[in-house]
Amino acid sequence: MSNVPAELKYVNSHEWLRLEEDGSVTIGITDHAQELLGDIVFVELPEVGAQLAADATAGVVESVKAASDVYAPIAGEVVEVNVELEGSPELANTDPYGAAWFFRVKPANAADLDSCLTAAEYTKEIGA
Amino acid sequence: MTATPKTTPLYDSHLAAGAKIVDFAGWAMPIHYGSQLKEHEIVRSDAGMFDVSHMCVIDITGADAKDWLRTLIANDVEKLGFEGKALYSGMLTPEGTVIDDLIVYLTHYGYRMVVNAGTADKDIAWMLKQAEGRAVELTVRRELAMIAVQGPNAIEKACKVLHEEWESTIKGLKVFQGFPFGSVEEGWFIARTGYTGEDGLEIMLPADEAPLFWKALIGAGVAPIGLGARDTLRLEAGMNLYGHDMDETVSPLQAGMGWTIAWEPADRNFIGRAALEAEKAAGVAMKQVGLVLEGRGVLREGLKVVVEGVGEGVITSGTFSPTLKHSVAIARVPAATDANSSKAQVDLRGTLTDVRVVKMPFVRNGKKVFE
Repeated sequence: MSNVPAELKYVNSHEWLRLEEDGSVTIGITDHAQELLGDIVFVELPEVGAQLAADATAGVVESVKAASDVYAPIAGEVVEVNVELEGSPELANTDPYGAAWFFRVKPANAADLDSCLTAAEYTKEIGA
Repeated sequence: MTATPKTTPLYDSHLAAGAKIVDFAGWAMPIHYGSQLKEHEIVRSDAGMFDVSHMCVIDITGADAKDWLRTLIANDVEKLGFEGKALYSGMLTPEGTVIDDLIVYLTHYGYRMVVNAGTADKDIAWMLKQAEGRAVELTVRRELAMIAVQGPNAIEKACKVLHEEWESTIKGLKVFQGFPFGSVEEGWFIARTGYTGEDGLEIMLPADEAPLFWKALIGAGVAPIGLGARDTLRLEAGMNLYGHDMDETVSPLQAGMGWTIAWEPADRNFIGRAALEAEKAAGVAMKQVGLVLEGRGVLREGLKVVVEGVGEGVITSGTFSPTLKHSVAIARVPAATDANSSKAQVDLRGTLTDVRVVKMPFVRNGKKVFE
């Protein structure tokens, strides 16, 4: 059974989003995504300063089993990436909502977050 | 193919150990019990066990058994000089491609063969056809389970839960030797074989005794290991996986199995021999090599390999190597490829990426072995 924290937002490509106090949005992959992938061995992150369109490829997460793109769930400028995750990709398996955040964006439009899925909607989406 | 996958006698044991179950060749098998990487590491450093009961055991008896096997498979059972000795071989089509790869043991009653799960039905059909009119009897031993205990501490730990009086015989087994322990009817057969590049045993036993034995092994500190780690372990060891590195479209000469073909004596007319001789005479087009990617990314089956100045090939198996912490692959490339000097690239998600061409295996007994 996958963990879907109630306070986060989600998209059906299995990224989660968290609105920070400074208005930036932190993005990672969900517990369900890491379960599907299995042991994660490489992570590729976007460049700081990159302007991402919604649904644009923002990175790659690669497990023993498969490679999968990570998408920008909303449009925005990348303001920070989790360099530590590149060195310890297994964090995405053990702490997907904490230490294994992928990148932070300054949203092009803060209201975009509202159109993302709630925890209840995402839970339904993945049949959890 | 049936809709409901078959289960082994250890299915409930896997569930109890928290296995994630997947369909493998029509069998419901554990892919991992939590972490494939941890399981891999346990086999390289300590002792792990695999349920390989889906593989098929076939006993071969009868006055013609030996002569028949000498035509059925490409390696020569004449080499089995004493009881207990085992041989790895391909079973080939008349066209010189691989029906299956297998192990055959010389036993006091005849021969014991172990074939792959996904190919068992076609293997048996082929063998029955070849046995028509011959004094050969095939007995499919589906009532047996099989557990592979592998790793540097595997034999020591397994001996703790096996009959005490068997211990000296088990410890005296050399690599690629195995015997029945007790009577054949009792069903126990222990061999010093495996598919991981580590020391260990493959233990055949009666299905109804398997769950208790499995539990006893856990008690002795042997960890259950899933098929996921089995794949990364065998790939690091440079061992072929049927249906990936070779099949009925591939010649053994192009799949790293040349060493398994016994050309002498020249008058032993095994099935596929004429086709392989013609292939050799014309020049074997492709060969098997190892690929190493030391940077980021994972080489995967089906990806195209470009060998500079030589031509194109394909990755037949690829993975992340948990021991080496980077990706390795088995590839079939043009025969002119040189394992020391050739430069090669793989199309990795749209980017042509440099890879090293090496001679396999990659890992043996826990250590990197390629240059």
